[in-house]
Amino acid sequence: MAPLLDVEELKVVYPGPKNLWGRSRNSVHAVNGVSLTVHPGEALGLVGESGCGKTTLGRAILRLIRSSSGRVLFQGEDWLQLSSAELRGRRRHAQMIFQDPNSSLNPRRTVGASIGEALEIHRLVNGPAGRRTRIRELLTSVGLPEDSEGRYPHEFSGGQRQRIGIARALAVEPKLIVCDEPVSALDVSVQAQIVNLLQELQGARHLAYLFISHDLAVVEHLCGRIAVMYLGRLVEVGPSREVCRSPAHPYTQALVSAVPQMHADGVPRLHLRGDPPSPVNPPSGCPFHPRCPVAEARCRTEPPLLRSIGPNRQVACHLAV
Amino acid sequence: MSLLEIENLQIDFRSGDGWVRAVDGVSLHIDSGETLCLVGESGCGKSVTALSIARLLPTPPARYSGGEIRFDGRDVLRMSSAELLQLRGKSIGCVFQDPGTSLNPVIRVGAQVKESLAQKDRALATDAEVVRRLAGVGIPAPELRARDYPHQLSGGMQQRIMIAMALATEPRLLIADEPTTALDVTIQAQILELLVELKQRLGMAMLLITHNLGVARSVADRVAVMYAGQLVESSPASQLVGSPRHPYTRALIRSVPELGQTGARLEGIPGTVPGLGRWPTGCRFAPRCVQVRPDCSTRKPDWLETTPDQGVRCPYTTA
Repeated sequence: MAPLLDVEELKVVYPGPKNLWGRSRNSVHAVNGVSLTVHPGEALGLVGESGCGKTTLGRAILRLIRSSSGRVLFQGEDWLQLSSAELRGRRRHAQMIFQDPNSSLNPRRTVGASIGEALEIHRLVNGPAGRRTRIRELLTSVGLPEDSEGRYPHEFSGGQRQRIGIARALAVEPKLIVCDEPVSALDVSVQAQIVNLLQELQGARHLAYLFISHDLAVVEHLCGRIAVMYLGRLVEVGPSREVCRSPAHPYTQALVSAVPQMHADGVPRLHLRGDPPSPVNPPSGCPFHPRCPVAEARCRTEPPLLRSIGPNRQVACHLAV
Repeated sequence: MSLLEIENLQIDFRSGDGWVRAVDGVSLHIDSGETLCLVGESGCGKSVTALSIARLLPTPPARYSGGEIRFDGRDVLRMSSAELLQLRGKSIGCVFQDPGTSLNPVIRVGAQVKESLAQKDRALATDAEVVRRLAGVGIPAPELRARDYPHQLSGGMQQRIMIAMALATEPRLLIADEPTTALDVTIQAQILELLVELKQRLGMAMLLITHNLGVARSVADRVAVMYAGQLVESSPASQLVGSPRHPYTRALIRSVPELGQTGARLEGIPGTVPGLGRWPTGCRFAPRCVQVRPDCSTRKPDWLETTPDQGVRCPYTTA
């Protein structure tokens, strides 16, 4: 099956401050050569700590920010080469849900207006009556009362606002939704509702997700495959179960062991010392080597490539087997 | 006698022209050397309860309208300001969620730690002691870091500075309000391990506020669960997770995905947390409870205590 999304060697560089001669120094390589695929109807989880570039990657894929090099093939077509008019026509196929539903909804527009705008831009409805029916249908499908249409975002709770964000993304019948930490700002009881909703919608509408999160347990629950990111690069990709049960990369191992477990005794075992290094000055060789408990001499000089270690499993580590 | 005893605490906040109750009849106790976790969702009153212990709530807008807080047998609510300074400076240490806003941005971190040391004993406030304390909370190259400003440190390092400051006076009780919520998981694991290790080394008691049941389970001796301003369940940590008794606790546990348990649908809790002062009459959890009975919406459930360490606010518990 051809992938829905095929990202090849994508790089995003944020230029640093310019010096006297107009040259930019200290550029940040936020995304440093990432390749990944998402198949139709599949949920791929993208996990990593703050500053690893996961949000930048998500936005670069949707061309919300400019990439420096690489390709983003969506249904075989390179989105990075499209003109803005061409891109506008394609936008409905790939949507985004943001972390903070408060700042991603216009507080001065009614819920109906926010959802309806996309319908009009892409000419998906005929006349005000059709528009209204469609908006009501969308609101019901995300579990909101039909009469929410005329109300303003501030009248809703955080969880309900996230539902509005989901309804807005669904309005244009996308094939892919990039979800950027959609449940991180929510209380756990509400988080579960939204996770369940996303799961139901995925099944019912054959949606593909790129689900960005720092919460490994939520990602394992919702996604079939996981990609782990560290300092702008993917360090491990594989089926969620296998990655969480037998992580191959030392960083993934540390990440898994750091999750506090309800049904286990004692403080999580700790493998890592120190903080993630700055992406302005990434370490030579493997970006993880200064914190890695098993690093060897060659890890300090040779950057490891993402290589296969089994069916559907890839890891970027010299030592993993 | 416990180190800290809170009895029937009631705290109101001014809102518009009336008062709304944020904490409604909370009773807690912490023994010396014990770790109690206070768990709940946003707006349940857990932080307000924690802040009230060292009288850190500004009054107004807050008002202590009932109950008692006794620290080491002394009534905190009747202390003079001089006594309160003593209490905050020497007996109780506090660590908050966001170290970035708790540290003074224009003073070097070493000087801030030194200031805390001076509260205990002027003779202790030396550069050598500051370096020793920074090393004690696991800060690499402490001589150099002492000269940094807060913005030059990462979130995890800033939280370590906060912990060094809170522990400068060797308090008997450390109150930590969501100390790891703003941090990444690998850093969270480091900070939790540090807190547990320091607690054991110094023999102090700890009140940890968190919304994360996994965190509570891994560090607490006992866990108290709050909902809408009240305690709904209190139990030894292992029992609370293994055999929760209150329907809210049970639902909360089933709402959180756990590593290695894929597939099953998350239970979630229907509806949302009721807003401050808009609490239902009768049982406050009744509108969201899956095991609700007809009289739950009218009858106020009492706190049923089985042992001093264990209680639940629901007359229909199964366990």
